[in-house]
Amino acid sequence: MSTVAPTAGRLVRFSSRGLHRRNWVVVVCITVLVLAVVVALVGSMIAPYDPNLLNLSNAYVGPTGGHLLGFDPAGRDLLSRLLAGARTTILGPVAVVAISVGVGTGVAVAAAWLGGWFDSGISAVVDVLFAFPGILLAVLAAAVFGPSLKSAVIALSIAYTPYVARILRGAALRERAQQYVAALEVQGLTGFAICLRHLVPNVFPLIVAQATILFGYAMVDLAAISFLGLGVQTPQPDWGVMVSEGETGVLQGYPAESLAAGLAIMVVVIAVNLLGERLVDNAQRSSH
Amino acid sequence: MARRLVMLVVTLLVSSFVIFSALYVAPGNPIAVLSGGRALPPSSIAVLEKRYHLNDPFLVRYVDWVKGAVHGDFGVSITLHEDVSSLISARIGTTLELVAFASILILLFGIGLGLLGALRPGPLDTGVIVITAISAALPAFVAAVVLQTVFAVNLGWFPATGNGTGFADQVRHLTLPAFALAVGSLALVARVTRASVREEAGKEHVQTAISRGIPYGMVVRRHVLRNAAIPITTVAGITIASLIAIDTVVETAFSLNGLGSYLVASASNKDFAVVQGISLVLVTIFVVINTIVDILYAVLDPRVKLGSRAQ
Repeated sequence: MSTVAPTAGRLVRFSSRGLHRRNWVVVVCITVLVLAVVVALVGSMIAPYDPNLLNLSNAYVGPTGGHLLGFDPAGRDLLSRLLAGARTTILGPVAVVAISVGVGTGVAVAAAWLGGWFDSGISAVVDVLFAFPGILLAVLAAAVFGPSLKSAVIALSIAYTPYVARILRGAALRERAQQYVAALEVQGLTGFAICLRHLVPNVFPLIVAQATILFGYAMVDLAAISFLGLGVQTPQPDWGVMVSEGETGVLQGYPAESLAAGLAIMVVVIAVNLLGERLVDNAQRSSH
Repeated sequence: MARRLVMLVVTLLVSSFVIFSALYVAPGNPIAVLSGGRALPPSSIAVLEKRYHLNDPFLVRYVDWVKGAVHGDFGVSITLHEDVSSLISARIGTTLELVAFASILILLFGIGLGLLGALRPGPLDTGVIVITAISAALPAFVAAVVLQTVFAVNLGWFPATGNGTGFADQVRHLTLPAFALAVGSLALVARVTRASVREEAGKEHVQTAISRGIPYGMVVRRHVLRNAAIPITTVAGITIASLIAIDTVVETAFSLNGLGSYLVASASNKDFAVVQGISLVLVTIFVVINTIVDILYAVLDPRVKLGSRAQ
């Protein structure tokens, strides 16, 4: 049919189709993330084999019956290690995001609300903390407390807090200047109550968007620290550890383990990034 | 300018204090490391304590350490019995070459891809969007594995590991690491370039320039790029500074003998003097690059007052 549709109708159809496509991407991203979280929670239970069962005669053997992805350099079932390794790879960054977003939001809102020397002090600390890239802080933490997932999570949480604090301080300052805040103050509400019940809920879309973006960074950084041998320790399966364990195989032409773990990281990070960008767009649109 | 430099010094002092005190409070006894776990007579312990200043108060040791660091003396590695500064100077070249190589790739390909996407709408632009979306999510250590598999093991174009000797051989050895280091930042720079060039190209002064009959290349260079340069400089500066951290991962993945891989090894061995020295050097490079970027704003955009960062 080549009849020309009325302009208005075409416009509506075009925009609704565009909306449809955007939603489709969001649905895929959310599906990937829900799957990742489910695997993180029950992965070691649904793994078909013991992820730490060594059998050197199976080293580097490719996919065979019952072993969908084949074996790693130590002859362990690759699929089982991927499933079991999701736990630290996914839940570690969740902890980093929870700590840094929680502390960062609290500090930023307090600084924006109180102003004065408290605000200047916080801003100065934030500026100085920017001098420490997350991975360097994690290496320092590993040297002091010994390499472990815990010290890596704490170090990254410290490194990410200033990013959250800087962005949310700006948002909280804009919110503080709104008239409804003054109206609530006149009504005699305490600053704490206004922040908790009105200000923070109003910047919540921004908080969620920042948390999503940070999750992607935290996952890559934590996996990198485990790759360096300063986070999750072998033989415990973790996607970052697996990329590094597979390194010997890579040089001998058997990159399966490193690539499988790397691909798993990338799929989750791409899903998180696409979702995060969408959330940031929405948060910015609703605040203007 | 003066304000920026004061900030630089303050930041460095605070960072050095954090680095020093973190490792000072670390559990573990340096005497035990020195003796290899054997029991020593009290007289030898006293000698060692005197030699490594183990009994001085904390602040005295910190001030001594900073004074030494300013003069290029970072103390002695307890495990290797070698000067930390000579351990650092033997490796800093590799790290700086790698970061410089990666920075060139980021500027060249990042701005190039961004311009391509911005000025050539259609399939080329879509290609740029897809490539940058994937490479932005490609962690450096995964990029390292992919590059080693494709270009070293399968095609054999570049060596998979090691430093190499002589200039041409070193460049060949550093090519894959530099790409692995650059790939994420490159995507970021390309996306910001594309967005800001797009925005600038749609503005009225550009339309005016085109209608005045100014050649296309000159419009792009003088009217579009000049104005789009500020966000591009911001993101390029931040990403190049962040290479200092990712460098640890890339050097380890490619078994390069640089500061990053040595820092990781020393952290595992609890060689504190080396960890302190290298951390301080890397943080200094990071802070100095950030300061240079801040100063560049004022050069690019006379409206920006030094000391206030352009948004």
